[in-house]
Amino acid sequence: MGDKSSSENVMNLKIGLAEMLKGGVIMDVVTAEQAKIAEGAGAVAVMALERVPSDIRKDGGVARMSPPDLIEEVMKSVSIPVMAKCRIGHFAEAQILEAIGVDYIDESEVLTPADEEYHINKFDYKIPFVCGAKNLGEALRRIGEGAALVRTKGEPGTGNIVEAVRHMRQINAEIKWVCNMDEAEMMTAARDMGAPFELLQLVRAEGKLPVPNFAAGGIATPADAAMCMQLGAETVFVGSGIFKSDNPDKFAKAIVKATAHFDDPAIVLEASKELGGVAMRGTEISEIDEPMRMANRGW
Amino acid sequence: MCSKPVIGVFALQGAVIPHKPHIEACGAEFRAVKTQADFEAVDAFILPGGESTTMLKLIERFDLWDILAEQFAEKPIWGICAGTILMAETVTDPVQKSFNLLPITVRRNGYGRQLNSHHAPIDGYNVSFIRAPVITDISDSITVLAEHEGSPVWVECGNKVASTFHPELTMDYPSPMHKAFIAKI
Repeated sequence: MGDKSSSENVMNLKIGLAEMLKGGVIMDVVTAEQAKIAEGAGAVAVMALERVPSDIRKDGGVARMSPPDLIEEVMKSVSIPVMAKCRIGHFAEAQILEAIGVDYIDESEVLTPADEEYHINKFDYKIPFVCGAKNLGEALRRIGEGAALVRTKGEPGTGNIVEAVRHMRQINAEIKWVCNMDEAEMMTAARDMGAPFELLQLVRAEGKLPVPNFAAGGIATPADAAMCMQLGAETVFVGSGIFKSDNPDKFAKAIVKATAHFDDPAIVLEASKELGGVAMRGTEISEIDEPMRMANRGW
Repeated sequence: MCSKPVIGVFALQGAVIPHKPHIEACGAEFRAVKTQADFEAVDAFILPGGESTTMLKLIERFDLWDILAEQFAEKPIWGICAGTILMAETVTDPVQKSFNLLPITVRRNGYGRQLNSHHAPIDGYNVSFIRAPVITDISDSITVLAEHEGSPVWVECGNKVASTFHPELTMDYPSPMHKAFIAKI
């Protein structure tokens, strides 16, 4: 088998797992016990973390990859896929996560970046990667480095959906723009967006990203999840929104329910009435100092 | 005019859309189905790949178990990966509830985690196994259509079919597996 077909095969398996996660909710968990609550509520996967984004924000300091024993404990406690985060550019943390055998690696702006210039070459790994993006150029740069799944960055740990909505709308608008573009405009668009030209051509041909597109960053209620799904997200990540709410079990179940029927307001209403408490308090984006705006990390 | 058969792909969660071009290339109609009214209107079901625990939780939460069991009894059903798990008589690692539509025993994540996801030739076609289950036991009434590493991976019994691999992800439209299934209507 030639190199080309074998690398295509590997990419196909990486994207294939993201296909299996569609129409679901991926939940941040910090203990095996929380992972079990998430699985019981119907999560399609969990993200094993040391601290949820809102605590990372509150505590300050350097946020790194979670301790391996915590990740392994979560992997042992559930049968659904387990994801874990490494710092942007920190290829050695990614190597450790691959050695642990997690199912997906999130090269994430939630953690303190390890490299302000380069992201990880994700083709070096057999484990698939998900990366955040604010716009089409950023999404295609990550895919160009080997990401098999893209998510909005949003503004993690805020319980404020505004940035995720901005990023989802931005990517959708740019895809439409590219599809309507004259062929002669393509190279200039690729230069201006900082997007690999061949990937931009693929977007134009297919009318969508070449990998699945999920939403993350600030999702706190069933309505937030339904909104992201209607804007074109194929699955939602919920970070602080579940285990920083009054009633994590009920919030988790309600967000799963609303995501499955995101286009049926009667069911999203039902889910919204089943929360059993209030959502996380949330943060207005203008209250956040520039260095703690996670969406601006990476390029 | 003879109307097209309608294939309902169970759509509460999972890899639903990749089936659309295969189904349409077979001359049938694709429909993503989530509710009782949707289920009653289709001629056959595909239970797609995804997370079987999530699908089970949603089926129970929306009170769909009895409705689906009644629909599944008569119509052709094809379970893929997670769908195979839902159709099995017995599920292990962990033990979980299933519709008992095929007399088979299935071990979840039988090859391991994502690092063990792989491609293999089945009937000469390159297909993917993604965190796939392994069929560890079958009754005499089962017809084995394909094997991989010594275990059955594509089986049928009457109008019930299961495959632990994903023809919808890698194959040209329509895949022979989609053709064979739709021919059962």
